[in-house]
Amino acid sequence: MEIIKRAIAGTLESSDAYVEIEPNARGIRCELESVVEQQFGDNIRGLVEEILADCGVENAKIHIIDRGALECVIRARVEAAVMRGKGE
Amino acid sequence: MRRSMLFIPGNTPNLLINGGFLGADALIFDLEDAVSPDEKDAARILVRNIMKFMDLRGCETIVRINSIDTDYWKADLEQILPQKPRWIMLPKTGCAADVLTADAEISRLEQRLGMEPNTVRLMPLIETALGVENAFAIASASKRVGAIFLGAEDLTADLRCKRTKGGAEIDYARSRMVMAARAAEVDVYDTPFTDVSDDEGIRADAEYAKSLGFTGKASISPRHVGVINEVFSPSRKDIEYAYEVMDAIRQAHEQGRGAIALHGKMIDAPIVARARQTIAMAEEMGVGKAVQHEES
Repeated sequence: MEIIKRAIAGTLESSDAYVEIEPNARGIRCELESVVEQQFGDNIRGLVEEILADCGVENAKIHIIDRGALECVIRARVEAAVMRGKGE
Repeated sequence: MRRSMLFIPGNTPNLLINGGFLGADALIFDLEDAVSPDEKDAARILVRNIMKFMDLRGCETIVRINSIDTDYWKADLEQILPQKPRWIMLPKTGCAADVLTADAEISRLEQRLGMEPNTVRLMPLIETALGVENAFAIASASKRVGAIFLGAEDLTADLRCKRTKGGAEIDYARSRMVMAARAAEVDVYDTPFTDVSDDEGIRADAEYAKSLGFTGKASISPRHVGVINEVFSPSRKDIEYAYEVMDAIRQAHEQGRGAIALHGKMIDAPIVARARQTIAMAEEMGVGKAVQHEES
């Protein structure tokens, strides 16, 4: 499953996450900005990698600005960005 | 028990995740008017994830999908049905054929997902002059229909009149909806009161809807939920009277009496039916037994 174009999902509002995804030549490159990065940064990155794997994405650059989103919200925003990035 | 139904915009995480804490009996996750066309895809994914992973603290889930004259409604159902929503709200339902169209698609998905037939119920939203005139046909179109719901904002636009706080312009529609729903033996829900800051107005509007026979009322603001729950709950006096009626019935049966009187008034079948409804609701609210105990 390839990301063929840059795509965005989510917002910068409280409890949401802003996710930007774009094609990458090899592997997953994840950049995270979060107020809880020190405590939960590794967990969020792990979650993002898990969602991308569930979606069958092997190569992508993904940038997330987390505004205190719960796991299910991050999951939804990453799924939406992937779907849009695939051109669906 | 479904006294209050609170609309939550389908693409707003901070409201969706807090929905279970706002006191409503049911939450309406809105994929229709509250979501712009370019966010329909993201909203249905978000609502699906919220339903899958969030504890909604016992609130019933209703998902308002897009109407069947759009390109969105089938994708809405595809995403949402695997989460087994209790209800799908079908906006702009104008006739029985609209119900049957949605019913057929839901049946197809239920079968594909291995769900029992009619697991997901339909609540047609009636918000056009055509819909009001066809209310009974809509309410009785399918076993899947368990309630109908009046949407006054779109209706008054269709009627080409102004929506007022007094609501005279929707009197006919309200009465017609209640009559149709009761004839079809389904529940019926009243339109939201849209002035969020008018606390007296919402109470008067809810009391009027209850007096007409509505089962409950929708709200667009958490601020209205408490008042709606209060208005559509039986009062302590109602509950006490209901237990008295059932006691009188029991005693009359034990003594082999046919005619039964309570406080000088005859107790007939409709009064018993209402007493049973009141007790069922009081017990669901968790106050029935306490009132009965205090009374005895």
